[in-house]
Amino acid sequence: MKILVCISHVPDTTSKINFTDGDSTFDTNGVQFVINPNDEFGLTRAMWFKEKQGASVTVVNVGEADTEPTLRKALAIGADEAIRVNAHPTDGFFVARQLAKVAKDGGYDLIIAGRESIDYNGGMVPGMLASLIDANFVNTCISLEVEGNEATAIREIDGGKETVKTKLPLVVGGQKGLVEEKDLKIPNMRGIMMARKKQLTVLEPEAAESRTKAVSFEKPAPKGEVKLVSPDNLDELIDLLHNEAKVI
Amino acid sequence: MSVLIYTESENGKFKKTAFELASYAREIANTMGTSLTAVAVNAENAGELAQYGVDKTLMVSSEELKNFNAKAYADVVAQAAKKEGSEVVVVSSSANAKYLAPELAIKLEAGYAPNTVALPESTSPFKVKRTAFTNKAFNFTEISTAVKLIGLSKNAFGLKEAQGEGTVEDFAPELEAGDFAIEVVSVDKVSGKVTIADAETVVSGGRGLKGPENWGMIEELAEVLGAATACSKPVSDLGWRPHSEHVGQTGKPVASNLYIAVGISGAIQHLAGINASKTKVVINNDPEAPFFKAADYGVVGDAFEVVPQLIEKLKTFKANNA
Ligand SMILES: Cc1cc2nc3c(=O)[nH]c(=O)nc-3n(C[C@H](O)[C@H](O)[C@H](O)COP(=O)(O)OP(=O)(O)OC[C@H]3O[C@@H](n4cnc5c(N)ncnc54)[C@H](O)[C@@H]3O)c2cc1C
Ligand SMILES: Nc1ncnc2c1ncn2[C@@H]1O[C@H](COP(=O)(O)O)[C@@H](O)[C@H]1O
Repeated sequence: MKILVCISHVPDTTSKINFTDGDSTFDTNGVQFVINPNDEFGLTRAMWFKEKQGASVTVVNVGEADTEPTLRKALAIGADEAIRVNAHPTDGFFVARQLAKVAKDGGYDLIIAGRESIDYNGGMVPGMLASLIDANFVNTCISLEVEGNEATAIREIDGGKETVKTKLPLVVGGQKGLVEEKDLKIPNMRGIMMARKKQLTVLEPEAAESRTKAVSFEKPAPKGEVKLVSPDNLDELIDLLHNEAKVI
Repeated sequence: MSVLIYTESENGKFKKTAFELASYAREIANTMGTSLTAVAVNAENAGELAQYGVDKTLMVSSEELKNFNAKAYADVVAQAAKKEGSEVVVVSSSANAKYLAPELAIKLEAGYAPNTVALPESTSPFKVKRTAFTNKAFNFTEISTAVKLIGLSKNAFGLKEAQGEGTVEDFAPELEAGDFAIEVVSVDKVSGKVTIADAETVVSGGRGLKGPENWGMIEELAEVLGAATACSKPVSDLGWRPHSEHVGQTGKPVASNLYIAVGISGAIQHLAGINASKTKVVINNDPEAPFFKAADYGVVGDAFEVVPQLIEKLKTFKANNA
């Protein structure tokens, strides 16, 4: 089985979010970038397929040269090779178009992406990609098994879960649950050494338009002070929730 | 020309988000001087939509579409949009809507702006305000395609009743075998329990509760408030509560009217996922807990004393205000 894992390169979850150039650009100053958490689960699941079922694992990112450390990290975790499509990821559709080209040319059976990137929270790349290459698609995937050409997946739905069966080629939008948190693979020394020798191919992008454009940003209005209520006077809390906030 | 909404239902009944979409899209239709159409699958009582400004409902009745199926449903909405010549299509932020929207965007060659929180800033160019960086910021997005697809955040707009008579039309989309390439084998859904996605109120517990055996009071508090239960990430990692209750940046987003956090410290990753909630209450015995900076109301105290008292007082309050 040939597996492609889509990796988006995002600010670490503790990052303070700031903007520059008149609030038109995300300020990357001092921001540490990591593999998108949802993609980490997918990558570890891909490694499981590699170890237990003999799959090959390629990781791909659409991004400029500054994303290479993130791809190297994925190689250190155990991916066999990496592809970077050398372009600024302007919107979800543009990225999906680039990934569709990589996916078609590589003839992958299984493409694992994340439910959403924690930067723009688009949640659109995997579904658009599946649609563009006419593959099956399972979103919010929390469990995935593949036997031959058949896949069984569990998907999280509002208020529960749903088990589905489908066929390869398949794209999944994965998240926590695909593997357990404690089983997440982290690079070890040997992996880091080996990653240096693995192939990282840089491809030039296909011509494709963007359909949306992030024009500016705004930070949420600062919050007022918290109103403290004494634990001995919970009636006051109920009163505030009822009469002031009007939520009960 | 028209504005189209995809109105979700469960067991034939429209979800509250269906009315919120209608209220929101009605305003867009007014601004653009056009009409508002809804497309619904296996729902009853389309008249309810008219109360929120829907002019026409395309009603699909189909045994094949009994279970949600993203590809088939995307096909239904796309065909409805084409039939109506819709320029703006609005869907919700439910798990199902987020599943079908990217597929729908490809079918309609539409730019897609999910997590939209307000009416368009302008319709030419078409510009919307959405959350980004998991609620740590807002982003203004311009959609440049002829057809625009908007994903509306839950609770971002509220309900607005409107006058008007809506019409209902049977709509029979043409579905293909390929639409059903994902076969639902089983659905495991707790019935009768409010889900985090639908809840007006969410009661959430953190590691401060010490162990799963102490969740009785969280469930009871939730029950009194008609709320859904949730938890912080470590709580689900430890297996005290199911993964499906994990909220935050890497878990489920919460956009309820009221969020009550018990024994949760308020780490940045937790707050990111719940900040879209309107009113936040924290109960924590450490006055230095970061959650107090993010909350509207706070009680510094031991959860094991505060929560049982709060339950009793709420029961009295409910009895008096019934
Ligand atoms: C990549 C990444 C992603 C993450 N994503 C998420 C996410 O999506 N969601 C999330 O929640 N976390 C997430 N986290 C974890 C986050 O950083 C915090 O570790 C976590 O939110 C802390 O959970 P907690 O508040 O339940 O526990 P703790 O931080 O241990 O806090 C427990 C709190 O309970 C209070 N307490 C103790 N006893 C009592 C008592 N008797 N009565 C009242 N209060 C009491 C304490 O004062 C303390 O404030 C993520 C972390 C990383 C690194
Ligand atoms: N620039 C990118 N390069 C590679 N994969 C990406 C990129 N952007 C998004 N993805 C994949 O698509 C998923 C969802 O991203 P998004 O639609 O941006 O929320 C991510 O978890 C990744 O797996």
